[in-house]
Amino acid sequence: MSVFDGLKFRKVSSPIHNLDPRIKFFYVIVIFFSAILFNQIIVLLTLFLMTIPFVLLAHVQKEWLRSLRGAAFLAFFIFIVNIASSYFTSGYSLTANQIESAIAMTLRFIVLAGSFSVFFLTTSPDHLGLALEQSHVPYEFAFAFTTAVRFVPVLAEEAQTIMDAQKARGLEMEKGSFLKKIRNYIPVLIPLIVSSIRRSLELAEAMESSIDH
Amino acid sequence: MSIIETKDLTYTYPGGKFPSIKNISMEIRKGEFVLITGPSGCGKTTLCRCFNGLIPNFYQGEIKGEIIVTGLNPLKKQTHEMAKNVGLVFQNPENQLFALSVEKDVAFGLENIGMRREEIRQRVDWALKQVEIYDLRERSPHEISGGQQQRVAIASVLAMQPKLIVLDEPTSFLDPLSAEKIFSIIYEMNKKLGITVVLVEHRLDLTAKYASRIIIMDQGKICLDGKPRKILNTQETRLLGVGIPKATLLYQELLEDKIALSNEIPLCSEELANFLKEQLKAK
Amino acid sequence: MIEVENLHFIYPSNVEALKGISLNIRDGEFVAIMGQNGAGKTTLVKHFNGLLKPSRGFVKINSIETTKTSVAELAKNIGFVFQNPDHQLFSETVEEEIAFALKNFGFKEEVVKKRIDWAMNLLGLSQYRDTSPFLLSGGERKRVALASVLAWNPNTLILDEPTIGQDHRQKENLRQFIIQMQTQKKTIVMVTHDVEFVAECNPRVLLMRDGEIIADGKGTDILTNQELLTKSSIVLPQIAQIFQELSCFGLPQNIIDIYDAKNILIQILEKKK
Repeated sequence: MSVFDGLKFRKVSSPIHNLDPRIKFFYVIVIFFSAILFNQIIVLLTLFLMTIPFVLLAHVQKEWLRSLRGAAFLAFFIFIVNIASSYFTSGYSLTANQIESAIAMTLRFIVLAGSFSVFFLTTSPDHLGLALEQSHVPYEFAFAFTTAVRFVPVLAEEAQTIMDAQKARGLEMEKGSFLKKIRNYIPVLIPLIVSSIRRSLELAEAMESSIDH
Repeated sequence: MSIIETKDLTYTYPGGKFPSIKNISMEIRKGEFVLITGPSGCGKTTLCRCFNGLIPNFYQGEIKGEIIVTGLNPLKKQTHEMAKNVGLVFQNPENQLFALSVEKDVAFGLENIGMRREEIRQRVDWALKQVEIYDLRERSPHEISGGQQQRVAIASVLAMQPKLIVLDEPTSFLDPLSAEKIFSIIYEMNKKLGITVVLVEHRLDLTAKYASRIIIMDQGKICLDGKPRKILNTQETRLLGVGIPKATLLYQELLEDKIALSNEIPLCSEELANFLKEQLKAK
Repeated sequence: MIEVENLHFIYPSNVEALKGISLNIRDGEFVAIMGQNGAGKTTLVKHFNGLLKPSRGFVKINSIETTKTSVAELAKNIGFVFQNPDHQLFSETVEEEIAFALKNFGFKEEVVKKRIDWAMNLLGLSQYRDTSPFLLSGGERKRVALASVLAWNPNTLILDEPTIGQDHRQKENLRQFIIQMQTQKKTIVMVTHDVEFVAECNPRVLLMRDGEIIADGKGTDILTNQELLTKSSIVLPQIAQIFQELSCFGLPQNIIDIYDAKNILIQILEKKK
């Protein structure tokens, strides 16, 4: 139903779900840096393909594909911006190299979206918090991280509600020219930001009332 | 012994043009169950935030007058120092639980004051049993219902064994049955554990029967303050647009038609039903 | 006319949220859908404007299946006011906020202007025309959200938990507003668990539990049935509680309104004198 389902953890038993979260975290970090470091299409493609066996092993292919489909629009946007910027900066012409680098940039984004999605789909926030504490990560960092993770599903749900509320007021996200499509996201993004700020203030208030810092 | 004492307390939020509370002078004594109500924007939430030092420590702004809560001055103490004595429960259950499991949330405050592990264990189990959610201790806060989340929030403040618990509309997101449960838990805390309770609430139909005192606020000021039966029987209360319990209203309506059921007004349906039963049996 | 036939809905997470719902809502009806959080109330009403599409069965709005048309098309007839106004407000001024939907639906410039004036007037927002919605109080933001839906004058209004966080006076205003909408023959569907508010409005009541409708009928019948209400985590309204306690005296059991209660009690007590 929604692209955000690609980030929601669900309790299932699979080899990947049962894996030590630290290993999965490490894996995601390695993929992250490799994807940033390399810009050859072949390397990025390999990184992407490497993720697929994990997805299949964890039986989350449906959710995973959905999150990729959700990322597709942004990927397309990244591609167009890259092409356009090199087209205009290099005097209204395009070389094969420039197209290649645009593809690489897009692929990089897809690799990141894909690997993060597998991670969140298969890791219970509980286990992750525990793992971080055990691996002597500084407390503040672990706390901020687990709190953020705890609110990922809440925020995903909120984003869905906001999209529904605007659709109910006649907003058609996929309609119009390319620029219009981007503008269509404003009525979703602003309430999401405002609600998140309100939520963080309330959280801060609750924390302030109970803990030392 | 007084738990809260304020004198001419006036507070303006940063950037606010006029004060949200004006010249509040009041005293709340140990063991009281105080219900604060009034129309939206009357300053009741603001007043609660003063009780544990969120105002002015967290919100800044301009504060005048005096306030002493559980013997401490919240203007001078940090909020977390107040937390040992004063527990605050907020309206939205979702946004006050930040740990990954129920028991971790309850243990949070205790870990922060550096309590020993075994003692934390004991306190957490005790608090969870008090609010009857011991079975949920290993669950994640976002998997449980709103009513259960709110009970976790109450357990977290209860674990600190505070002298005062302040609850700001704790049931507005909950279904009626869960709301009733929450209120009866709060009442038990007050009766059995002797904790002083300040409850901010619109729904007097569910809560008036528990309160030992009602304070009605409007436009940043306290308008009425006294015993529930006295307060709910005044004309001012009706004019202020406070939601008077239906049982009380029905009693007053009958009185207008010269039907007096008893000497005192009822606060809930059971009371009114009992008055009516006596009348019906008598004749 | 809303027709729902054997509606099943399964979320991608394989949770079956609706298990074979069938019901009709005629034009001009006022319906309250009640039940526990998670009973499927919001999931059901999201089918009425096509935000969700049936996994099995169908939903027809004015004889057209929701699967055969778009949300934007359905929304012209069915206005949906969400629970939290912060989930939809995004414009710089109240006026622009209300204009948003009107522009989406392609109304002409002069119609847009008229409709904005009309909606702001109806909900007492005229003095806030150029104010940012974010600077308003919670109750006012709720009214802006309502005005922004009302502006395109849909035949049906869906209100999701309209009384949450509202004080007594705001609820009374909302009730007056609903009465006004009813005289204009609007269909109103309200999702709520505020039992006292429903008792005051006395609409048709649908009781839901675990994705099924367990009762459908008059407010006076359903809100006085203790057994049914407990199944849905709802308590009897106060007046009904009083009359239930007095059942051994042969008093009628289908009373939820305070003035009905008063009249009956006066009759009985006077007779006894």
